[in-house]
Amino acid sequence: MGNMKTGNILLLTFTVIAACAWAFPLYWAIVTSIKPEADVVAGTIFLPETIDISSYVWALLETNIVRWYINSIGTSVLITVVVIMISMMCGYALSQIVFPGRRALFLIVLASFMVPSQALVVSQFILMHKFGMVDSWAGIILPQVIIPVVVIVYKQFFDSVPRELREAAKLDGCSEFQILFKLYLPLNWGITAALSIITFIMAWNNFLWPFLVITSEEMMTITVGITQVGDAFGVKYARDMAIAVMAAMPVAIAYLIFQRRVTQAIMLSSGIKG
Amino acid sequence: MRPKSKNNKTLTAILLIAPFVLCYLVVFAYPVYKMFAMSFTDAPLIGEGDWVGLENYVRMFQHKLFYTSVYNTLYFVGLTVVPNTLIGLGIAMMIVRLNGMVQAGILILFFMPYILPVTVVTQIWQWVLDQQFGVAQPLIEAVTGKRISVFRDPLWAMPMVALVTIWWTNGFNVLLFISALRNIPQDYYEAASLDGASRFQQFRRITWPLLWPVTALVLTLQLILQLKIFDQIYLMTQGGPFNSTYVLLQLVYREAFGRNQGGYASAVAVALFVLIVIVSVLQYQLLKARGKS
Repeated sequence: MGNMKTGNILLLTFTVIAACAWAFPLYWAIVTSIKPEADVVAGTIFLPETIDISSYVWALLETNIVRWYINSIGTSVLITVVVIMISMMCGYALSQIVFPGRRALFLIVLASFMVPSQALVVSQFILMHKFGMVDSWAGIILPQVIIPVVVIVYKQFFDSVPRELREAAKLDGCSEFQILFKLYLPLNWGITAALSIITFIMAWNNFLWPFLVITSEEMMTITVGITQVGDAFGVKYARDMAIAVMAAMPVAIAYLIFQRRVTQAIMLSSGIKG
Repeated sequence: MRPKSKNNKTLTAILLIAPFVLCYLVVFAYPVYKMFAMSFTDAPLIGEGDWVGLENYVRMFQHKLFYTSVYNTLYFVGLTVVPNTLIGLGIAMMIVRLNGMVQAGILILFFMPYILPVTVVTQIWQWVLDQQFGVAQPLIEAVTGKRISVFRDPLWAMPMVALVTIWWTNGFNVLLFISALRNIPQDYYEAASLDGASRFQQFRRITWPLLWPVTALVLTLQLILQLKIFDQIYLMTQGGPFNSTYVLLQLVYREAFGRNQGGYASAVAVALFVLIVIVSVLQYQLLKARGKS
């Protein structure tokens, strides 16, 4: 028994060391960002002696970061709202209503899992150009509102709502819309929360599409914007790290608050019902 | 009464699916069609072109950079898919043996990179690996005897992009493996250790076979994800040095946005599209097999 205890302590020690090594670049980025620029390159000091937030002040005052924040928050929130609304309604129809073409629609949505959206960027860009949406929020948002897996997850969860509830609501004279928004949606708040958070994080983190469709610095999302800073001002690592930390902060905080939901959403969207 | 209620139902259904279907047709289905249609024309990025049949495809198969891109994409896939899966499994096996707060804390440390935007990840690693001041350079110096500008060295560039990618995306695999490991009944291990099975035997006879479906899932998800490599490469090496990290999606990007060759870019996009659809069909078959067992 004693032997096993030692084994466990060894394993725990190893795990902790591995985890700290894994997360070290994150720690290092934060530490660098709160050093004075002169100390950053003067050898490797592991803990800063003085905390200097001038890089953050510089980022706020001298770059477009506030604009980029607004663009990121605005587009990510709108993408999330649209994705959830349209997918939930479609998932509900697929789950609860018998209509011509239901099976075909279901199969089409399922088959769309396979389509790599990255391969579509050229034709999506041309489409946005036709709509006059290049370099606009609408241009960022529109191609990101189709996430087929969200429809399927909603359908699965609506499928498992007991039939009796629906029948009772029908007898009370509720319409399908009322049943969806007053019964099925409240019963599945957890799923909506999980899917919303992961959609928001994915929209915030998307690089390729906003990078292509945005042509002016003022319209960039923060994920794209932070790459402009180095180009314009030369290499200054404390500043680079400060702006990187600021770009990551909202999603990192969202994850820390909603960890269980993020985990659940990842399981659901990879086909494991969790 | 009956037919009317049926019509009502259909109308409600149409109202419910309309927003999704409309968006789907406009920003998803039409671009798929447009990509195929354009690949048979000599269209520039913006504007119409003439039908040229298979010319773009012929050109693609004669294009040296296309082969370079295919080779590099597969090289990157080789460097990431299996290692990323095995490392994810290893980390998950360490984490499931912990409890409570310690487990939660350790999981956060391993998972956090996955949640970060790609540009943040590449900024951090460019600093960590900076030739002059990077904190990882003493390590590289200890191994090779000299400091190396890893993203400017044809030998080092791709493995380093792969390393950064594994660091970034591994948390996803860890989560999937943790949930799979938790689903293995504890009695199996208890029975096995009563029979005197060693830890390694338990892993080989119990964990590995029961985990195989999830392992297969992780492998195929990884394969699909890594075939679409672009962001990290573009941000860290721009495909260089000497095209040693040039990948398929980057060729699409260059032809369309850099050289105004919409038609040819679409042909390359079709190649990538077909490749990924084939892999996805394989994945679907795997999932289906899993659902039945």
